[in-house]
Amino acid sequence: MNRLAVELPGLSLKNPIMPASGCFGFGAEYAKFYDISQLGAIMVKAATLEPRDGNPTPRVAETPSGMLNAIGLQNPGIEEIMSDKLPALERFDVPIIANVAGYTIDDYTSVCERISQAPNVKAIELNISCPNVKQGGITFGTDKDVAADLTYRVKQIANVPVYVKLSPNVTDIVPIAKEVEAAGADGLSMINTLLGMRIDLKTRQPILANQTGGLSGPAIKPVAIRMIKQVSEVVNIPIIGMGGVYTVDDVLEMYMAGASAVAVGTANFTDPLICPKLIEGLPQRMDELGIESLAKLIQEVKEAR
Amino acid sequence: MKQENMKIIEQKMLAPNIFEMTLEGLIVQEMLVPGQFLHCQPPTRSDLLLRRPISISSIDLKTSQCKLIYRAEGAGTKDMSQLSANETLDVLGPLGNGFPVEDISEGELVIVVGGGIGIPPLYEVARQARLRGAQVMAFLGFASKDVMFYLEEFQALGDVHVSTDDGSYGTNGHLGIILDEILPQIEPSAVYSCGPTPLLAKVDQYFEEHPRAYVSLEERMACGVGACAACVCQTKDKKTKKMRLKKVCDEGPVFATGVVNI
Ligand SMILES: Cc1cc2nc3c(=O)[nH]c(=O)nc-3n(C[C@H](O)[C@H](O)[C@H](O)COP(=O)(O)OP(=O)(O)OC[C@H]3O[C@@H](n4cnc5c(N)ncnc54)[C@H](O)[C@@H]3O)c2cc1C
Ligand SMILES: Cc1cc2nc3c(=O)[nH]c(=O)nc-3n(C[C@H](O)[C@H](O)[C@H](O)COP(=O)(O)O)c2cc1C
Ligand code: FES
Repeated sequence: MNRLAVELPGLSLKNPIMPASGCFGFGAEYAKFYDISQLGAIMVKAATLEPRDGNPTPRVAETPSGMLNAIGLQNPGIEEIMSDKLPALERFDVPIIANVAGYTIDDYTSVCERISQAPNVKAIELNISCPNVKQGGITFGTDKDVAADLTYRVKQIANVPVYVKLSPNVTDIVPIAKEVEAAGADGLSMINTLLGMRIDLKTRQPILANQTGGLSGPAIKPVAIRMIKQVSEVVNIPIIGMGGVYTVDDVLEMYMAGASAVAVGTANFTDPLICPKLIEGLPQRMDELGIESLAKLIQEVKEAR
Repeated sequence: MKQENMKIIEQKMLAPNIFEMTLEGLIVQEMLVPGQFLHCQPPTRSDLLLRRPISISSIDLKTSQCKLIYRAEGAGTKDMSQLSANETLDVLGPLGNGFPVEDISEGELVIVVGGGIGIPPLYEVARQARLRGAQVMAFLGFASKDVMFYLEEFQALGDVHVSTDDGSYGTNGHLGIILDEILPQIEPSAVYSCGPTPLLAKVDQYFEEHPRAYVSLEERMACGVGACAACVCQTKDKKTKKMRLKKVCDEGPVFATGVVNI
């Protein structure tokens, strides 16, 4: 029996660890360090209809136990992603979760329709929560009706299960999660980054050219845990948890909050080998905590509710 | 490309807040071109998540040692400066494309143009150029006499022209003054430059059409390996004139002149 295996809509995961979107490019960069077929899945960088240049630099700033980013969804556009980036990942035995963003609902549906035809794309992650783009992005994630409408429309055309990536930048995440579930989402992915800012004392100007950026890393883990717990108690679809995961304990804490798989973002920048290290380290910690398998743990957490 | 805990052989202060760290490890055998960098993890501050990119300033394949020269400026580099011999530093590298030096040949005139903490990677360029029999000329700019470093090392390789912003050593003012004076009189076969943006802009302009002139850029980085798109710069295809974003960490930090929008 594989104690780390988890079955989710569209995804037969050999283990629950996957790099989070935007933190792993299109996979090839980290393939120089290790065999990325070991990973449970890969969430690739956001795809949009047209190529996007993103925001001016500086695009990152460091904060205590976290970082701010304002990349602005730079990507080569759906055509190049289909012809170039996704085929390059076919030689690895790993399911791809395609992160999709857009300015309009039509953008999203066009990209989802195209990208779900790629043979290695096993699920879509709808990015309705990027805080770094002026139009689209976060506006889809902060209004429950807009989020539900988008989910519904994408579900009509997508050939693979759809996970909706929720924004933490809301007063109450619960109604949004519920509406998205009602609109047909197969799963949720949470959380995206928290809107933040830093100011350079010497120049007296914001460090990021975009002024504000998304906060990620261990600094946001308690927020992620809180939101995953709140949402998992009221929805019946699985949650892929993320936000500040650096250690096997963080992975298991996400599970205890109600997650069914875990994505790792910022930690890849600190340690490029973090994902294989977590996969390797999990069984021992599970032994120490008396956890037989992750599938059982998910069940146990659900039943305790 | 590797992640390795390199052994610190020596850490010494070259000038106030300027340190030279000698490191030993397997990674050194992968350092084939000057101008690449190591992505260094601040050793004791676990609240600092991002690595610090520092150029490799010299490479010794025989002893598997390399040197970094860095300014202890903010939290991360200050943390690095606290390390001493026999401790280790967690590095990722060698990263980026370095300065092309393989086509340097005997008797050619090679110039290096560096400002402040941009000077370190040029030392290995100058050393390799000299080994290939080239005549080396170095143009080095510093803020003041106090923070000068590696003058003797460069002098051992060729002619050195120095300026200081405050006039405390060499020519008074920025390096551009010396460049304006000397460049019209020489015809270098190859040009290598690293330093503050205005200096790079000047070199880029002077040698826009030169086939073997290079500038090394700096940009804020997160991953250092081309995965996050934090570190982009605007480049122009010389033939098609089309603008394209390139990642400084893996498509740079070294670019040919006339390509980057500096
Ligand atoms: C390719 C490359 C090579 C470099 N080589 C050298 C070198 O040989 N010697 C040297 O002294 N410096 C070098 N630098 C600059 C050096 O990386 C920064 O000075 C250093 O990261 C500052 O970190 P800190 O902890 O001291 O400052 P902090 O202000 O505490 O840093 C905060 C954050 O900003 C980032 N940051 C700050 N300044 C820079 C910068 N100029 N470039 C990139 N990121 C920055 C840091 O990495 C960190 O994430 C190089 C930069 C690049 C991009
Ligand atoms: C540099 C960077 C780029 C990101 N790009 C995307 C993106 O393209 N799409 C997306 O849905 N989330 C993106 N994110 C958010 C991450 O996928 C993740 O939700 C967030 O960083 C929290 O996880 P972490 O704390 O482990 O990094 C990005 C995060 C970072 C740091
Ligand atoms: S620092 Fe991540 S792409 Fe260059």
